[in-house]
Amino acid sequence: MSQTMNETEQPPAMATMQARSAETLGAARISIRGVDFFYGSNKALKGIDLDLPERQVTGMIGPSGCGKSTLLRVLNRMFDLYPGQRAVGQVLMDGVNILDPGIDLNQLRSRVGMVFQKPTPFPMTIYENIAFGVKLHERLSKSQMDERVEWSLTRAALWDESKDRLNTSAMGLSGGQQQRLCIARTIAVRPEVILLDEPTSALDPISTLKIEELIDELKEDFTIAIVTHNMQQAARCADQVAFFYLGELVEVGTATQMFTAPREKRTQEYITGRFG
Amino acid sequence: MSTTMGPAGRMPASGPTRDRRVADMLSRRRKWFDRVVQALCIAATVIGLVLLASILFTLLWRGVGALGLHVFTRSTLPPGSHGGLLNAIVGSLVQTLAGTAIGTPIGLMVGTYLSEYARNSVLGNAVRFVSDVLLSAPSILIGLFVYTILVEPFGGFSGIAGCVALAIIVVPIVVRTTEDMLRLIPTELREAAVAVGAPKWRVIVLICYRAALDGIATGILLAVARVAGETAPLLFTSLGNLNWSLSLTQPMSSLPVTIYQYAGSAFDDWVDLAWAGALLITFGVLALNIVARVMLRPRS
Repeated sequence: MSQTMNETEQPPAMATMQARSAETLGAARISIRGVDFFYGSNKALKGIDLDLPERQVTGMIGPSGCGKSTLLRVLNRMFDLYPGQRAVGQVLMDGVNILDPGIDLNQLRSRVGMVFQKPTPFPMTIYENIAFGVKLHERLSKSQMDERVEWSLTRAALWDESKDRLNTSAMGLSGGQQQRLCIARTIAVRPEVILLDEPTSALDPISTLKIEELIDELKEDFTIAIVTHNMQQAARCADQVAFFYLGELVEVGTATQMFTAPREKRTQEYITGRFG
Repeated sequence: MSTTMGPAGRMPASGPTRDRRVADMLSRRRKWFDRVVQALCIAATVIGLVLLASILFTLLWRGVGALGLHVFTRSTLPPGSHGGLLNAIVGSLVQTLAGTAIGTPIGLMVGTYLSEYARNSVLGNAVRFVSDVLLSAPSILIGLFVYTILVEPFGGFSGIAGCVALAIIVVPIVVRTTEDMLRLIPTELREAAVAVGAPKWRVIVLICYRAALDGIATGILLAVARVAGETAPLLFTSLGNLNWSLSLTQPMSSLPVTIYQYAGSAFDDWVDLAWAGALLITFGVLALNIVARVMLRPRS
């Protein structure tokens, strides 16, 4: 994973990106407008404006502490768990500002799912892991639930490995399988947006590859935002790439444009590995 | 603080040099000191183990001889009439179980409050402090406290007063283990549950409790083991009863109190019964502790 951009002339995964270059980014599923974020009095995001195009993958890159994960946690209001953290500005979804105090957070999180850096299976069976989230938002019969579990595990490319052990503890899965279970658990709720916070940084290369292939398939149904430290991953997965630095959104563009012709010097330096 | 070698193992030309004899002397001293400390540790261990073994051995020696079917089938009787410990065994079971049943839910809820709702609040810190004080409070004080609120006002000793006294001992133990075990649960797991849209109470009940189940259950078992052997809080509350009685409004017998009364008596058969009772309670508590330890062992 680490043999990065030695051939600076030719950014990675050119071929895959060329295929996409013809595409234009679709309509915005989520529009972030002038968002500031504070940890106490420390301003971690400064006036962010960004659209997440519908059924496309937005890659968020930038050095540690630049605010990309913070922005992700704004989109499902995860920061609300912690007193002292607050976001100002507008995050529009279907014309509604999800930063409004009156928003039902549990409902919001059923529409905006999240997968974390470390695989976090719940301490229950594989089946129950999937059913847990679904039961919070829907009333399904046993057979409907069985279908939903199979559907989400299939979509997460885990069904074949897990169909004979659905009633065993999810803790018995490997790290890569656990992460796919977390993805299955997230899509089982049928969200519209999926946030991925460095979903492969704790995984081996093969598991990483599987997750990346999965992301490519999932964008047929879901709008995806992925935070990653891996330039190649951003190049492989993302349609749109946003570069953050010191709490600011420095530049955003299609993956092709960002990796071949960045407008900003800082973007260029970061993606060629000169700092970060 | 002797000298360090140069980068390639060569002595720097003008740097400090090391006196080998001093190094040898320091090394010998370290080894000698190491042996002394090791010997002291072994001695301390041996003393502890010998004490424990002698207690267990004496218990077995005197207790097994005094055990017999009559211990389990007959209640306490006047000296010389072949009494047993049935009323004390049943009384102990009833009071221990009822005390745990009353104390556990309270302890669970307080522990949950401290861990999930009041991590850094002033009230939470105050509650935690009071609970810790209660944890180490002399149990006779708890007996006296219950005496003043449940025995004196109601005009008599009662089994229920004994249960309440034991429950008060259970509460802080369960509070501590519940809080500790819930705090061990990684933030990521809570966030993951929140991320699928679970409200806080469901995260606590369905995820956190389940993840902490082993630890919490162990804490409850340890609390049971602790109160099963308590004597002092029962002296002022359930008092003890020489007759068979299951009424919670009457004085109730218990093993520790019976041991306390019988062990010092002048009658050989009573003293024997005290040994038998001590054996029962010790091995009962030992069994609970072993079960608790097995449960606490991390599962693969």
